[in-house]
Amino acid sequence: MPARRIGRARRVPVALLLPAAIGLLFLLLPLVGLLARTPWATLPQRLTEPGVLTALRLSVQTATLATLLCLVLGVPLAWLLARVPFPGRRLVRALVTVPLVLPPVVGGVALLLVFGRRGLVGSWLDETFGITVPFSTTAVVLAQTFVAMPFLIIAVEGALRGADTRYEEAAATLGAGRWVTFTHVTLPMVAPGVAAGAVLGWARALGEFGATITFAGNYPGRTQTMPVAVYLALETDLEAAIVLSLVLLAVSVVILASLRDRWVSAP
Amino acid sequence: MTRLLDAHLVVDRGGFRLDLPLTVAPGEVVALLGPNGAGKTTALRALAGLHPLCAGHLTLAGRDLDRPGHRIWVPTERRPIGVVFQDYLLFPHLSALDNVAFGPRRHGLDRQQARQRAAGWLARMGLTEQARRKPRELSGGQAQRVALARALAVEPALLLLDEPLAALDARTRLDTRAQLHKHLAAHPGATLLVTHDPLDALVLADRLVIIEDGRVVQEGDATTITAEPRTEYVARLVGLNLYRGHATGHRVRLADGHVLTIGDRHDGEVFVAFAPAAVALHPHRPDGSPRNTWPATITGIQRHGDNLRIQLTGPIEVAADVTPAAAAHLELVPGQPVWVAVKATETRAYPAATATDATVD
Repeated sequence: MPARRIGRARRVPVALLLPAAIGLLFLLLPLVGLLARTPWATLPQRLTEPGVLTALRLSVQTATLATLLCLVLGVPLAWLLARVPFPGRRLVRALVTVPLVLPPVVGGVALLLVFGRRGLVGSWLDETFGITVPFSTTAVVLAQTFVAMPFLIIAVEGALRGADTRYEEAAATLGAGRWVTFTHVTLPMVAPGVAAGAVLGWARALGEFGATITFAGNYPGRTQTMPVAVYLALETDLEAAIVLSLVLLAVSVVILASLRDRWVSAP
Repeated sequence: MTRLLDAHLVVDRGGFRLDLPLTVAPGEVVALLGPNGAGKTTALRALAGLHPLCAGHLTLAGRDLDRPGHRIWVPTERRPIGVVFQDYLLFPHLSALDNVAFGPRRHGLDRQQARQRAAGWLARMGLTEQARRKPRELSGGQAQRVALARALAVEPALLLLDEPLAALDARTRLDTRAQLHKHLAAHPGATLLVTHDPLDALVLADRLVIIEDGRVVQEGDATTITAEPRTEYVARLVGLNLYRGHATGHRVRLADGHVLTIGDRHDGEVFVAFAPAAVALHPHRPDGSPRNTWPATITGIQRHGDNLRIQLTGPIEVAADVTPAAAAHLELVPGQPVWVAVKATETRAYPAATATDATVD
C-alpha cells in the first residue's frame, strides 16, 4: 500500500529523536533554571540599583561604539574581500575570522601586548600623545570591536556576494564610478545584511567578557560591563548576578526576535 | 555614410573567439541577431566596457574607447553609452524617477535638474503617474520603459539594448515593441539591439547583423535577409527551407546528390530557398508539370499559427505547412510515408559564393 510505505518512510528513528530531544533540553534547561531562580518580587528594585544601571549604561555605550567602529572598518573590508580579487585574498579572509575561534582571553592578552604601554602601538601612543589605552573605556571598546568585527564582516561579505553585481555594472553604464556605485547602489542593496551583521556584532560586543577583563580590567563605571559585573556579583551576591543575567538574556531574546526572519527561519 | 560607431570587436574567452566588425551610423538601429552562445552578449559587454577587447578597436564619435594595440581603454563610467539590460536592472531601492535621474546626476546635473530631466523622460514614456513607484510596483512593460528612459536620459552617443523585450509576456511585448520602435526612431545616436528574436530585429532595426560562433554570417536589411537567408540558422529564423548546391541551368545538385528543379537559370554554387507553405503533400505520387517530387516520411507535427507545420525526412529534410483540414483529410501522423511536391516556380535561387563563407549542412 503506498500510504503505508510513505508512513514508514516518515517515521523518525529513535536513535535520532532521543539525542535530539536531550540536546534541546540541555539548551533550554539553564534558561529555565535562570528564570526559576529569579527574585521576581525584588526585581524592579534590583534593576534600579545604581551598580546595575551603571554597568548596563556602560555596556550599551561601549557595545554601540564598538559596533560603529566595526561598521566603519568592517564594511570596507568586507567589500574588499567580496569584490576585489587580490593575491592572498583567501588568507586574509581566513585571518579575519581568527577572532571568531580565538579564546577571548587570548585576544585580550594579544591586545594588551599591542596596546599596552610597552606594546607595539601602545608605546608609540604613550610617547606621542600620552595616551594609555589598557584598563580604560577605550580598551573595552577595542576588546569588543576585536571580537565582534568578524561577525559583521562575515554577514556583510555574505550579503555582498549574494547581491547581483550586474546592478553595479548598470550603475557604471550610467556614469557612476566605484565609490558612488558603492554608496548609492551596493550599500543600499545590502543594507539588510549590514543591519543583521551590526545587530549580531552588537550582541557579541555586549556579551564580551574574556578579552574585556584581560585588557580593560574591572573598574565600575569605566570598564565594568554587564558580563564582568555578573561574574563579580556571583561571588558576593548571587541574586544580583541572576538579575544582571536576566537583563542580558532579555536583550538576547529581543535580538533573536528582530533577526528571526533573516537567521532563524529556515528556508 | 558617416560612422558614429566604428568597431572591430575581438574577444578571446576560453576557447570562444568573437571577431566582429561593426559600424553604426547616427540615428541608425542595427540588430545583432544570433543563436544563444553566438557572442551577442560578449559584443555588447565589450562595447559597454564591461569586458576588454583582446584586439581590434572601438571608436565612438571619433574617440577611441578601447584599442588594445595602443593601450587605450576608457572605463565604462566614462563612455557616452546607455544600456538597457535584459532584465532592466532597475535599482530596487530607488523610485522610477530616481532611477532615471541617476545617470544625469552622475553627469554633473544637480539633484533638482536631474529630477527634472528624469520627469521629462518619464513623461515621454507615458509614465508620469508611475514616477514615485519602486521598480517592484511596476508592470513588466512599465519597467522596460523606465529602463529605456534611464538609458536615454544620459543622452548617449550609443544606445545598447540587450534582449529588450525578452522578459515580457507576448501581449505586452506587442505594445512595447511598437513603443520601442517609436523611441528608437527618435534617438539621434547610434543604436545596437542584441536579440535572438527575429521579429524584434525585423521590426526595430534598419539593418541586421547575424552572427554565429562569434562571426558575421550575414548582414543586410530585413528584405534581403528574409528573402535570401545564407545559413541554416537564418533560414529557420525567417521560416524558409534552405539548401545549398551546384546549379546547372534549372537543375541544382545538392551535396547529398538530390536534385532540385528551380524556376530561374543559374550556374555555379547557389542557395535554394522556399517557404513551407510552398510544399504540398500527397498520399500518392503526383504527376505532371515541372515539379520537384520525392517520397518522404513524417517526423513531426507542430502547430504553426493557424496551420500545422509538418517536418519530413527523406532524401532531404523539409518543412511543410498544411491547413488542419488538409492534415485531417490526409490523415497525417508521424511515421507515415507521403509524397512531397514543390513547384519549381515557388523556389528562389541565389548565388552562394559571396563575401561570407557560410555553409549549409
